[in-house]
Amino acid sequence: MTITMPARDAGTRAVVPSPAESMHPVASTPAPEACGLTAEQIEEFGRRLDAVRERILAERGASDAAYIRKVIRTQRLLEIGGRALLFAGILPPAWIAGTAMLSVAKILENMEIGHNVMHGQWDWMRDPKIHSSTWEWDLVSSSQDWKHSHNYEHHTYTNVLGKDRDVGYGLLRISEEQPWRPYYLGNSVYNILLSLFFQWGVSLHDLQYERVIAGEKSRSEAWTQLKRIGRKIRRQVLKDYVVFPALAGPFFLPVLLGNLTANTVRNIWSHAVIFCGHFPDGTVVFTEDQLEGETRGQWYLRQMLGSANLEGGELFHLMTGQLSFQIEHHLFPDLPSNRYAEVSTEVKALCEEFGLPYTSGGLGRQYFQVLRKIQRLSLPKGRIAA
Amino acid sequence: MFSTVTARRPGRLTAAVSVLTARLTTPLLPEDYLALANPLWSTTALRGKVVGRREETARATTLRIRPGRGWTPHLAGQYVRIGVDVDGVRQWRTYTLTSPEGSRELSITVQAQPGGTVSPYLAHEMPVGTIVHLEPPAGDFVLPGPTPTRLLMITGGSGITPAMAMLRTLAAEGSLPDVVMVHSAPTPDDVIFGAELRELARTHPGLRLIERHTDTEGLLELAELDRICPDWADREAFVCGPAGLLDAAELHWTARPDRLHRERFTPPARTPGGSGGTVAYGDAATLSVDGDSSLLEAGEAAGLTLPSGCRMGICFGCVLPLRDGQVRDLRTGQVHGEPGDLVQTCISGASGAARLDLQN
Repeated sequence: MTITMPARDAGTRAVVPSPAESMHPVASTPAPEACGLTAEQIEEFGRRLDAVRERILAERGASDAAYIRKVIRTQRLLEIGGRALLFAGILPPAWIAGTAMLSVAKILENMEIGHNVMHGQWDWMRDPKIHSSTWEWDLVSSSQDWKHSHNYEHHTYTNVLGKDRDVGYGLLRISEEQPWRPYYLGNSVYNILLSLFFQWGVSLHDLQYERVIAGEKSRSEAWTQLKRIGRKIRRQVLKDYVVFPALAGPFFLPVLLGNLTANTVRNIWSHAVIFCGHFPDGTVVFTEDQLEGETRGQWYLRQMLGSANLEGGELFHLMTGQLSFQIEHHLFPDLPSNRYAEVSTEVKALCEEFGLPYTSGGLGRQYFQVLRKIQRLSLPKGRIAA
Repeated sequence: MFSTVTARRPGRLTAAVSVLTARLTTPLLPEDYLALANPLWSTTALRGKVVGRREETARATTLRIRPGRGWTPHLAGQYVRIGVDVDGVRQWRTYTLTSPEGSRELSITVQAQPGGTVSPYLAHEMPVGTIVHLEPPAGDFVLPGPTPTRLLMITGGSGITPAMAMLRTLAAEGSLPDVVMVHSAPTPDDVIFGAELRELARTHPGLRLIERHTDTEGLLELAELDRICPDWADREAFVCGPAGLLDAAELHWTARPDRLHRERFTPPARTPGGSGGTVAYGDAATLSVDGDSSLLEAGEAAGLTLPSGCRMGICFGCVLPLRDGQVRDLRTGQVHGEPGDLVQTCISGASGAARLDLQN
């Protein structure tokens, strides 16, 4: 299944699909507005977005570089401070402050820094220490496997049922088109477990165990991956749950519990933000035939319709790693994340101009919709609220 | 671009402590945290700190740099590759070290090239305190040992820098031999280190300084050496300057090539832009790539197995290092690339001759 890139030859195509054929959302997700655009309008939409991208690329420079360096510096200082305080964690204020600082540090490293650096957003700086080819993040997930399943698979096949494995993670029923099985009665429970142990879910995500079982993926390939993931798991587990506690001697327990709590806080937070990116009401899931002959304009449209934003202040956006601007991130995954906020005003205006939905809401409301959807889909006749 | 510097081998205790601290800082290195306090404390990345600036001429500035750990001492005449962040992007350039051997601080002297990206920034703007990135000193434009008794140095413009390093070293050792220095610059004010050289010549009878001010006296012809330095053929000769001077020197010394040392100061060759070109894929194949094809498509059509991902420029799964030449972004038409860059082969086309590294 290839995705064509006709942008180079200025849009001459032999067959122009009719408006109703241009977008193929699954039946359970509403997107009537998208089908109302003509092919030419969709391409114009794409060109306008390309122009936004080009402008940001031209402006990108010293202030952007300074931004990411400042975030990295802050995150590392927070981590040092948090871990240091946990050594005095036998005192409750020190434990609370230390765990809080370490949680924030881990969230920043995971989301604003690690995820974005591995997307190549900062490769333009040519700094080997802040580069997608060298960054290894503070998770039990190995960067190499993450980049494959996320940068490539998720971002190329975003929200396409059967191709984007983030739709359900191989564990959950998140779309009505996934056939119901008695296993899904535990949908909400699986989600809670995934949330608490999210870094483990992410770590094992690229193994694609269901494809190994189905015989589509070779066992030897999966074994090589598992060994690589195993090495990463070992280093992370040793660090947080063995070496740091051991250094505290008789006071190991506060350190161990603090590290465990910080990891869990990071898991729950990142799971919530990520799930709110693609599953609240109004987000569109597509069928696989959508990809056939998909133009650049249609790709932009699918990225936009499949994503949802979160509203909040500057600090909130920083803590989500700017994934609160999920729409902008999916339109421009390789632009520096600090630019998403300014780009969002233009994207929102473009959506209004073209009559497209721009799904956005506060964290509480969006997360509630996601949890409600998961609960409803645990039942065979579950319907998603219109 | 991403070569690692091998530091001196640590002792056993240091190694054990390193392993323990690495377990604490994984996936980062201990030095990544230490760098928060002092970026010069690194064993894997060679860095330096700019501790002083001195304007030599209107266009040229000397930068004093304190190197971090792992710096190996240089020989006079050698150069250093220096990485500087300009507009957020790390740019690497090569400059001769003008500091004498054995000095604790390094110095380079940068002449601003009109239209340059890095040299105007270094010469006119870079603030004291900036952290720069270094590679170990290199180059074989050095004095042979033992020091020859008679030297001839012919330099032009910024080519004076290696000669200056040599003269400073010899003067500091108190062993300045019989040296004839012929330097060309447009005017007396354009002679970098002019005052220092004239003072050296005044205090060291062994040094004979001949300044050629090309604005008023015209370019130096090497045939004039018979007149200004009759025993030129018996001297160890060091020539550094524009390409024309170096080519002329090669001809002039045909009879005694072993006496001639040359240092070339030319920017990397750039093929003119445009679309299509000949691209070498490692040692596996050299292909003629037309203007519309991506490097990925062209390589695969020829039967090569190349890394790939989304094939639309968003996932960076297809990147390969660019060894030489430039590429053209097929989405925008922009020609770009410097040796060491990682280019996305799925959205890059050829632009003139280029070479990609294939990774195993």
